[in-house]
Amino acid sequence: MKFSQERLGRYNPDKPMENRITDLGPRHFWQYFPPIIQRNYGKWLYHEILEPGVLVHVSETGEKVYTVRCGGARFMTTEHVREICEIADKYCDGYVRWTTRNNIEFMVDSPEKLEALKKDLQSRKHVSGSYKFPIGGTGAGVTSIVHTQGYIHCHTPATDASSMVKALMDELFEYFQSMKLPAQVRVSMACCLNMCGAVHCSDIALLGYHRKPPIVDNEVLESVCEIPLVIAACPTGAISPSKTETGKKTVKIKEDRCMFCGNCYTMCMALPLADKEGDGVTVLAGGKVSNRITPPKFSKVVVPWLPNNFPRFPEVCEAVKKILEAYAKDAKKYERLGDWAERIGWEKFFEKTGLPFTEHLIDDYRLQYDTYRTSTLFKYTEAAWEVSRAAGGIE
Amino acid sequence: MEFKPKREERELKYQEVRIYSDVELKNYTEEELKNFKVKHPIPKCEQLESGPWPSFVADAKRAALHRKKLGQDRLMIERDVIEDLLGQLELSFEHGETHWKHGGIVGVFGYGGGVIGRYSDLQEQFPSIAHFHTMRVNQPASKFYNTDYLRSLCDLWDFRGSSMMNMHGSTGDIILLGTFTEQLEPIFFELTHVVDQDLGGSGSNLRTPECCLGKARCEWSCYDTQDLCYELTTYYQDELHRPAFPYKFKFKFDGCPNCCVASIARADMSFIGTWRDDIRIDQEAVKAYIAGEIVPNGGAHAGRDWGKFDIQKEVIDLCPTKCMWMEDGKLKIDNKECTRCMHCINVMPRALRPGTDTGVSLLFGAKAPILEGAQLGVLTIPFMKAEPPYDNIKEVIEKVWNWWMEEGKNRERLGELIQRYGIPKFLEVLGIPPMPQMVKEPRSNPYIFWKEEDVPGGWKRDIKDYRARHKR
Repeated sequence: MKFSQERLGRYNPDKPMENRITDLGPRHFWQYFPPIIQRNYGKWLYHEILEPGVLVHVSETGEKVYTVRCGGARFMTTEHVREICEIADKYCDGYVRWTTRNNIEFMVDSPEKLEALKKDLQSRKHVSGSYKFPIGGTGAGVTSIVHTQGYIHCHTPATDASSMVKALMDELFEYFQSMKLPAQVRVSMACCLNMCGAVHCSDIALLGYHRKPPIVDNEVLESVCEIPLVIAACPTGAISPSKTETGKKTVKIKEDRCMFCGNCYTMCMALPLADKEGDGVTVLAGGKVSNRITPPKFSKVVVPWLPNNFPRFPEVCEAVKKILEAYAKDAKKYERLGDWAERIGWEKFFEKTGLPFTEHLIDDYRLQYDTYRTSTLFKYTEAAWEVSRAAGGIE
Repeated sequence: MEFKPKREERELKYQEVRIYSDVELKNYTEEELKNFKVKHPIPKCEQLESGPWPSFVADAKRAALHRKKLGQDRLMIERDVIEDLLGQLELSFEHGETHWKHGGIVGVFGYGGGVIGRYSDLQEQFPSIAHFHTMRVNQPASKFYNTDYLRSLCDLWDFRGSSMMNMHGSTGDIILLGTFTEQLEPIFFELTHVVDQDLGGSGSNLRTPECCLGKARCEWSCYDTQDLCYELTTYYQDELHRPAFPYKFKFKFDGCPNCCVASIARADMSFIGTWRDDIRIDQEAVKAYIAGEIVPNGGAHAGRDWGKFDIQKEVIDLCPTKCMWMEDGKLKIDNKECTRCMHCINVMPRALRPGTDTGVSLLFGAKAPILEGAQLGVLTIPFMKAEPPYDNIKEVIEKVWNWWMEEGKNRERLGELIQRYGIPKFLEVLGIPPMPQMVKEPRSNPYIFWKEEDVPGGWKRDIKDYRARHKR
């Protein structure tokens, strides 16, 4: 069977149900496992990272599979995927896989093939000079940043994703190709708090955020939106029904109650929030999903807002590097970023990273009380002396 | 070991299905690419071509040149679609605002998900992305491919779409990024008839399930993650394609508590592999680690000199339950005190392995912050066998869905519903008793919602009886 080259292919618009096949599901995974993976399924004994980006897995059958992990941009064209196929056909019997974090993994069954594969991958560059398939992303380093669509495809973003990730990975590249951090650092990026990327449990999370309440498009609101649903969509009850001067039904916004979540815009296109000066980036840190040593935990807001300085986001890159470098210097072996911050105390986190602590970082939403410190267990930092001075307790 | 598809699948050979010739696929030189300029000025985008990390702009440009040289008669949507996309991206950088319109209800007949409608709000300036609908293609479990599959998809997507894709979207689908309404049905027909492959989920339905690579290449997976993922994906096709839920619902499958697909943070129902017997110990390998003959943590820390491996400091003292010790040169574990955090196993993979009596822990209710704040999965069922045909698991799923579909409000995730009703109600729905493992600690307020049947004599009382004993 060939792909049709007719304009509408096998689809007949006059009889849309004719020959329609549905509910097939995905193709079965087993056929896409390389033979060595099929032979050793469930028989793996252990693995070792031979060098950054290169793993060997050893089976109880004695077989070894070598994996080369390469960074991927998530956004890929058919040209890029065909080049991946070319490599997979040449070295890997036509098999390849992707990781959850957008890395590409090529697998071979001998050290000789491994060397040839590595050499080939390292030699491939775009005409502008960037690597097509940088090797790395294993162990105690920074691996690819998972991210969302941003300006490439999304209608609600407060920033762009692909550009920020590219800019930041250029800055963090040495950490992608090395394993010198105390533990792995997972960086994730979402362009609004709908978080289709679910970045809220990452060592470092970057989040696009609005800062201006929605503008009400009074002219069309009643004809394009379900007003009761819009009102119900607001978590702070800031939206109420209203009428325009000409008697059209609309809504009004109690602006000082808005927390800029954008849920109303998701429900109603007549309430856009996006704004060049308003939108920017929030940085969160200290989350994780692994159960290792300590339970999984949320990332915490450590920088309330940074500007959308397209296309290379220097302020965001600087903030991330401050966190990463302080962590690299100070944390103990195996200690994740959040575990480090909890051990030294968040007051020390701000002291060591040099990030300013502002009132925006103190929770004032629901369940805020759970984040208050209700003990005398604290460490002295300059921020504490400032409070004492301001309160008149010391000179 | 072998797994079989639940239905017979068409064999997919690229050479049999292909659209483009080799000459068409290699249709530009490096020199041409260096000199290629897209039709719009894109200085900000071009700043992203330099630097070591793979440049999506450089990649986009080569596909744009490829399309340009293919010619319009070999493409079903406009050949300069990538150039218009880059042009609009540049303008978005300039304006600090997206230029995609809100929403757009398009799809394939009979499905409520799998296609995300998208339209540019600058259609005069960028007519080739006037429509830019995305199609989600349900990836094979854990994202292994062969090149027949990938090349076939590339030909289809060059011919009927934008040549741009995501490998992969956040939920795990292959994302085909941008086509016109007219081509949605033709693409769906080619996908189902030729590629023998379905779309994924979107909207208020079961989203495309995703799993870690499990036993395919990991020594720690406690169940067949791909098989369970495949089974539930195919078993619940109706729920995946036809929105009947209050909001989205995600299954994710992690083979062990390391949680490589982050199920605990983002799946309404999170399956995490675990075991209920003892950690397997190879005492000879323990000795080899202590002697420095094997590099700890699989070499993950090799980039820095952390000093000689110290089993006391790096394993025993870091054990969260302090259930390990050395005795007569042997490593001992009090397994009944172990919470299976994986640290010791991660550090000494050649000496320690998960037990062999394995299954899953089920956690419910994880979600991103919108709307009431982020939630992690709540440990609800500590251990359950996960073996085909997985009837025990399906039974739990259906109880949860029935309750959520009955009681959930519009756009209320399962985790929010559980919070609104409380865990006791959720346990009643599942028909399971409470256990201390469901909480970090017992409640510190006494505001218990006693039910009438909990209290002898019920709640109906007569004020006259009361007044007979107590004067006003």
